[in-house]
Amino acid sequence: MTDSKYSGLTVVLGAVSALAIAAPAAAQDFPTRAIEYIIPFDPGGESDITARLQEPLMEAALGVGVNVRHQPGGGGAVAWSEFQGNAEPDGHEIIGINIPHIVAQPIQRSDAGYATEDFDIITWFHMTPHVLVVRADSPYETLDDLLAFAGENPQSLTVGGSGTFTGNHLEALRLQEVADVQLTYIPFTGTGPLPAAVLGGHVGAVISNSTLGVQLGDDVRVLAVAAEERLEVLPDAPTFQELGYDIVGGTYRGVAAPKGTPPERLDMLADLFTEMNETLGERQIPMGFQMTDIRGQDAIDLMTRLREQYGDFLN
Amino acid sequence: MEILTAAALAVIQPHMLLIILLGVTAGLFVGALPGLTATMALALMLPFTFSLEALEGLVALGAVYMGTIYGGAFTAILINTPGTPSSIATTFDGHPMAKQGRALEAISIATIASVVGGVVGVAFLLVAAPPLAQLALKFGPAEMFWGAILGLTLIGTLSTGSVLKGLLGGAIGLLIGTIGISPIGGESRFTFGWPPLQAGVSLIVALIGLFVIPELLSMIRQGRAALEQPTGLGEAGYKFGSAMRTVFSKPINLIRSCLIGQVIAVIPGAGGSITSLVAYNEAKRGSKTPETFGKGNPEGLVASESSNNVMVAGSMVPLLTLGIPGAPPDAVILGVMLLHGLRPGLDLFTQTGVLANGFILSMGLAALMLVPVGLLGGRLIYQTIRRTPHYFLVPTILVITILGTYALRNNIVDVALMLGLGVIGFIIRGLGLGAAPIVLGLILGTIAEQGYVQTVLGGMAMDIPQMRLFANPLSQVLIALIVLVIGWTAWPKRAHRRKE
Repeated sequence: MTDSKYSGLTVVLGAVSALAIAAPAAAQDFPTRAIEYIIPFDPGGESDITARLQEPLMEAALGVGVNVRHQPGGGGAVAWSEFQGNAEPDGHEIIGINIPHIVAQPIQRSDAGYATEDFDIITWFHMTPHVLVVRADSPYETLDDLLAFAGENPQSLTVGGSGTFTGNHLEALRLQEVADVQLTYIPFTGTGPLPAAVLGGHVGAVISNSTLGVQLGDDVRVLAVAAEERLEVLPDAPTFQELGYDIVGGTYRGVAAPKGTPPERLDMLADLFTEMNETLGERQIPMGFQMTDIRGQDAIDLMTRLREQYGDFLN
Repeated sequence: MEILTAAALAVIQPHMLLIILLGVTAGLFVGALPGLTATMALALMLPFTFSLEALEGLVALGAVYMGTIYGGAFTAILINTPGTPSSIATTFDGHPMAKQGRALEAISIATIASVVGGVVGVAFLLVAAPPLAQLALKFGPAEMFWGAILGLTLIGTLSTGSVLKGLLGGAIGLLIGTIGISPIGGESRFTFGWPPLQAGVSLIVALIGLFVIPELLSMIRQGRAALEQPTGLGEAGYKFGSAMRTVFSKPINLIRSCLIGQVIAVIPGAGGSITSLVAYNEAKRGSKTPETFGKGNPEGLVASESSNNVMVAGSMVPLLTLGIPGAPPDAVILGVMLLHGLRPGLDLFTQTGVLANGFILSMGLAALMLVPVGLLGGRLIYQTIRRTPHYFLVPTILVITILGTYALRNNIVDVALMLGLGVIGFIIRGLGLGAAPIVLGLILGTIAEQGYVQTVLGGMAMDIPQMRLFANPLSQVLIALIVLVIGWTAWPKRAHRRKE
């Protein structure tokens, strides 16, 4: 009895020590060359800036070069389709991914050129919850003011956001459904033009990322945040849930490798991104980012859940 | 005033001046290479600036930006290729001057005009940022639509020879602009089910294809004898003094170009390419001898180069006061500011006044630094190109443009599109169709489409949604301007005919 217990422990210990030896061995055969880190958007955007901050930290940790390349076009689709077609599944080629883009585009476009499930997701490393923002001198003091106007004047209230069938757009559609009002969503090309749209009064309100709400400060009023809890950086802004509307959503950003990449390499990279989040969080959290570490099955579950949530609007 | 003094002291430090010098020099070479843009240069510098102090980082970015926009003039003058979209109009008179053996004079004029533009932009930013920011906010979707239509009327002046051919070129540009995912609505257009085309035809791809490749093909077509000759750019001496006189002898042209540059720069999304084209157009229209434009008139060169360098500091007006990037490179600068915990707005000038004003002043220093860097670097580039025979120059430029096009979006399809457009550009050049109207159509088509759809969407609750296009006073002003410009283009011809 004791004997077998003892031997059981030995097996466990042996396995652990074997793992301990195996881990550095695995670290040695990967990475063996520079990491290609592709950003499917224009330089200067949130994804690009994050990657350029990660680049030196990754180089220091991995001991190899990291080449951040941007390959914009089609809201990310051009890079994602080429990546799934050509990238080697050995961990040396990784690509920035975004939710809801990689969930929504393949449903909405017949020629997106890639499939949501053909990525091996390393981790979703941060997210920016959506916020509903009006100009500081807007007549809408609260979300209810805004919805009351929208209820009485169908299609009169214009809501700006970044792109069509993007996170901003889908959130506007959900708000319409949950609050039973008719808004007019006006797509802009990216987040860049949104401050001008809301500050210049060209739209009645804007649905955008939390970072925009933080950036515009006192010039705007954040009527509601699509997060489960209030954000530390926007303490006065209530959540949609507090106000009685079940809307939680945002843009998640992360990295993926091609399907079939060895799991231990995915784990190693995921650990690295989590570690880097601590350093980057110091700068990014005050900007309105929420640092996350959603990987493995959780990462897939997140996409499945959002696909169900948004699915009706996309078809 | 105290803040300004403190800011000036913070910037006039040996290491700051070194950062500016290096930034301007690096920017100059990036700008001179077709395909490498200011936005890309700034993005590549981001990890580097992260390790610097906030002010140092911003100063470095501002200097590179200033250098890049200026650097585009070299290739525009020497090989008829705009190094960046902002120097399209520089090719019109800069290259003819080079062909007449006045390359160094053209470079000197471009340098002085750039310095004046850069300094004027900084002055505007220091003294007039808040009211200019309000102007920026007035430009909504409807105004952008009319502004783009107003821009399209430039085709009448830009097309050398037949206006009809110019309009045809503009229409081709508009059509090319529709390829890819539509900016509003997200539909795939003219992709023929092929995913790579979702990215559409980038402005820079069209620019390189339509300007560079036809130029190379015509060099080749000159035949073996010409190919073995060094480029006939002439030996005319260094004309700094006379270049100074040329630039300042037409003060109205210089002032007008700077004002145009400043106004367009604050309109978010307009960008440097339009700035220099409009300034060029107005210089030609205001001239007593418009027929000399396009044949080596330094006034055209002054208009283009002064207005596009005004834009560097000018586009910072909406960026620093409202957090609205006036041009694509500004988006990177905004990112750096936010990462350093700096929020654009009034607080930036009150709470971190030394930093904000230091950044602005450093751009003025960067503009002044263009004189030594540009004249020395320019001489170097000029001598290199002049001594190089065509048979060596043509393949070298071809390789550089292919690499530049690929580097733009890391997309091999862009290279194929660039070469394809180049061959088409060469053929239609033989038919008398210029590249400029096509590129103008490509730039403005997207802006007009966005403005139109956004405006009409916003009028969904009205009986006739299109009425919203006419609703704002600024829209009405723009419409009046369009009518005037079209009338102006048509009128002199009729008067001329009557005389005959």
